[in-house]
Amino acid sequence: MEAKIVTEDLNAHFGDVHAVRGVNLSIPKNRITAIIGPSGCGKSTLIRCMNRMHEVVRGARVTGKVLLDGKNIYGPDIDPVMIRTKVGMVFQKPNPFPTMSIYDNAVAGLRLNGEKDWKILDETAERSLKLAALWDEVKGNLDASGVSISGGQQQRLCIARALAVQPEVLLLDEPCSALDPIATAKIEDLLFDLKSQFTIVIVTHNMQQAARVADFTAFMYLGELIEFGDTKVIFENPVKELTEKYITGRFG
Amino acid sequence: MRAARSRLTFSGRSSGADKLFEYGVLAIALSTLILVWGLVLKLAVDAQPSIDRFGPGFIIGMQWNPNTEMFGALPFIFGTLLTSGIAILIGVPLSIGIAVYLSELAPPWVREPLAFVVELLAAVPSVIYGLWAMYALRPFIAHSIEPFFMSFLGWTPLFQGNAVGLDKFTAGVILAIMIIPTVASVSKETMRAVPDSQREAALSLGATRYETTRIAVLSYARSGIFGACILGLGRALGETMAVTMTIGNANRISWSLLDPGQTMSSLIANNWGEAQGIQLSALIEIGLVLFIVALIVNLFARLMVGRIMKAVPTTGGGL
Amino acid sequence: MNTFAYRRMKNRLASFAALACVVLALIPLVYILFMVVKTGAPAISWGFLTNRTVGTGGPGEGIGNAILGTLLLVFYATLMGLPIGLLTGIYVSEYGNNKIGYTVRFFNDLLANFPSIVIGLLAYALVVNFLQFGFSLFAGSVALAIIMIPIVSNTTEEALRMVPNSLREGALALGVPRWRTVLKVILVNGKSGVTTGVLLSVARITGETAPLLLTAFYSSYWSTSLKEPVASLPLTIFRNYNSPSKELLQQAWGAALVLILIVLSINIGVRLFLRKRTGKGKVVKNWKQRLSLRT
Repeated sequence: MEAKIVTEDLNAHFGDVHAVRGVNLSIPKNRITAIIGPSGCGKSTLIRCMNRMHEVVRGARVTGKVLLDGKNIYGPDIDPVMIRTKVGMVFQKPNPFPTMSIYDNAVAGLRLNGEKDWKILDETAERSLKLAALWDEVKGNLDASGVSISGGQQQRLCIARALAVQPEVLLLDEPCSALDPIATAKIEDLLFDLKSQFTIVIVTHNMQQAARVADFTAFMYLGELIEFGDTKVIFENPVKELTEKYITGRFG
Repeated sequence: MRAARSRLTFSGRSSGADKLFEYGVLAIALSTLILVWGLVLKLAVDAQPSIDRFGPGFIIGMQWNPNTEMFGALPFIFGTLLTSGIAILIGVPLSIGIAVYLSELAPPWVREPLAFVVELLAAVPSVIYGLWAMYALRPFIAHSIEPFFMSFLGWTPLFQGNAVGLDKFTAGVILAIMIIPTVASVSKETMRAVPDSQREAALSLGATRYETTRIAVLSYARSGIFGACILGLGRALGETMAVTMTIGNANRISWSLLDPGQTMSSLIANNWGEAQGIQLSALIEIGLVLFIVALIVNLFARLMVGRIMKAVPTTGGGL
Repeated sequence: MNTFAYRRMKNRLASFAALACVVLALIPLVYILFMVVKTGAPAISWGFLTNRTVGTGGPGEGIGNAILGTLLLVFYATLMGLPIGLLTGIYVSEYGNNKIGYTVRFFNDLLANFPSIVIGLLAYALVVNFLQFGFSLFAGSVALAIIMIPIVSNTTEEALRMVPNSLREGALALGVPRWRTVLKVILVNGKSGVTTGVLLSVARITGETAPLLLTAFYSSYWSTSLKEPVASLPLTIFRNYNSPSKELLQQAWGAALVLILIVLSINIGVRLFLRKRTGKGKVVKNWKQRLSLRT
């Protein structure tokens, strides 16, 4: 299995707080990998290290390596801006730009890069909205404000926006925790369709979601990576006792 | 916050002392309101002779001549608008730049002291701004800035005449400096109120800091920023001393920025001592016009910015 | 890759431009302070501070009566403005959750932003004209009081709002009558915010000139009478700022130095005091935010 992202002895700090401790994780390409664990275990921080969003917070520090296709994204000459176009992110609460229309939100990333050709923008908008399973619902209404649609739709818009820049990896940080079950199901379905084109990493506090959606699962506890493997193995036959305790709900 | 406060109820009758206190305090609170509006009315009465004589033509009247007793407000409305316009033109971009720096770019240890220093700009009394403008700003403008503009804009009506420095341009510049603390602070607060999730959305798309500020912060905060500008405009309109000391005191309309002019407030400041009779009435009428204009602008600003501007001890040393 | 370099450059330029704006705005402040100190300091002497202005530019003139005048103006203005502003603020905060309260609050917001020369006109209409006091210390104080009232009212209101409800309810539950609660409990708790507001408004009115032009006028004499015109520091500056006489001009700069010292020390003192108390509870912390706002 080819690895898309590999972390080597990754440590992340918020000031004095050591949130991610020596994590060595291999994210397989074109698969869905879920990261689960109790609140505060560092899973959000971990994926934010993968697109260099962690360092945006003041006082945040990262040591170790994160290799994207073999190249360390924390290398001395690497511009984080470039990394973020290759590794996209969708956040817990949908955050479309309220002053922009649905269309403008979808193509925001392209416009940043200077794309002005209407044809390309239109095509991209349609393509990414279709990928995000939102096209049919909004195609007649593309000029409506990005926040005029429902929460679930907004989240899919954020996914479309992230996909429009054609990243290689899509990171999702608890994308469904603010959504109702129907919206959640829609997003889970579209993730299946996406994995052929993208590598997907999803952080979730909902174990069932991981079981439903992910090919591989990583379990974290107090900043450390406890176990990683095939989802079926993790859930049915975990190696570590801690993993088993978490899966069976002994603590949460 | 206000809305969340539970309504304190009393189980029945309040004591007499309570009622007395409450009504007493209410009376005082209303007294200012009543007093001020009453005085506005009185001013209107005092302006009556002028209103009667010149009618609505006063607003477009172009003369101010105590000898012939012909008075009109247009040159001063013009002066007020022009100088305030210059102030906005120069002051707003600077203020937004400052606000962006304070809100998005400054390292935390710099942010507070710097914001404090910017606010100190507001504490300097207006008459001291005028004094400094007279002896430091004016020579600089007359010798460097105005010739610079004249060299390539001298053919336009805006830059005709000699660069002496006691003119609408200088007045506009000093006004710009004076509105910066207002516009910058309110803009900054509006920007800080933009949720981080917006910035994250832009950053995660691969936006640079500048692009993030542009699409996530400035767009989101734009109505607040606009309100801040209107607040600044309100201040500029009412500013008296610094303008009086730099504008050159000429009661006529001239498009050239290099020519002296007069604003409504500087006219009153300059002529109050000697004015009597119909001239006094006319001056008061000018004061009323200024009052109405400032009222409308501030009302508009209030609607846009809401209560953010409340509770601010305006430390600006006088308008 | 081409666009990346371009965007990076734009980013750097933008950051630089923002910083440049800050520097540009600070230049006047520094320059003014520098110039006032440099040009005004030579004028300062004991005689300067204690003699009166004669206006002829002869030797032995000073700004003593202007300093006295300013102190008197501020004193009487505070005497009138403080209680009214305070009580108005108390009303709006404690009793004003209704239409009247809203109107008062709204009106005070507007009043705080009136051009000060218009306020001078109002005071003129009331005191000089209606009450026939003529140009006088009293008229000037009224003008300054009118400026002070909305500021004190607004800051008091905000300070009192910060006082947690639990205090109100606790006192009432103990059977303390409401008026007592307001005065002894709430006001006391909000007093740092209130004091700050009062001090800053004092700093503000000390520097006011325009309203005084229309009301208190000027006097070259030592005067403490409420019915007479009175000298003041800001007006000393205004009268002499373009005087051909070197001595009189020097008077203006000296007065400017004294004035700016007073105003800035109040401002800096108040904010330093606040900074020390930050972190000592929500009340003050929010105040710092508010004070960073300006109308």
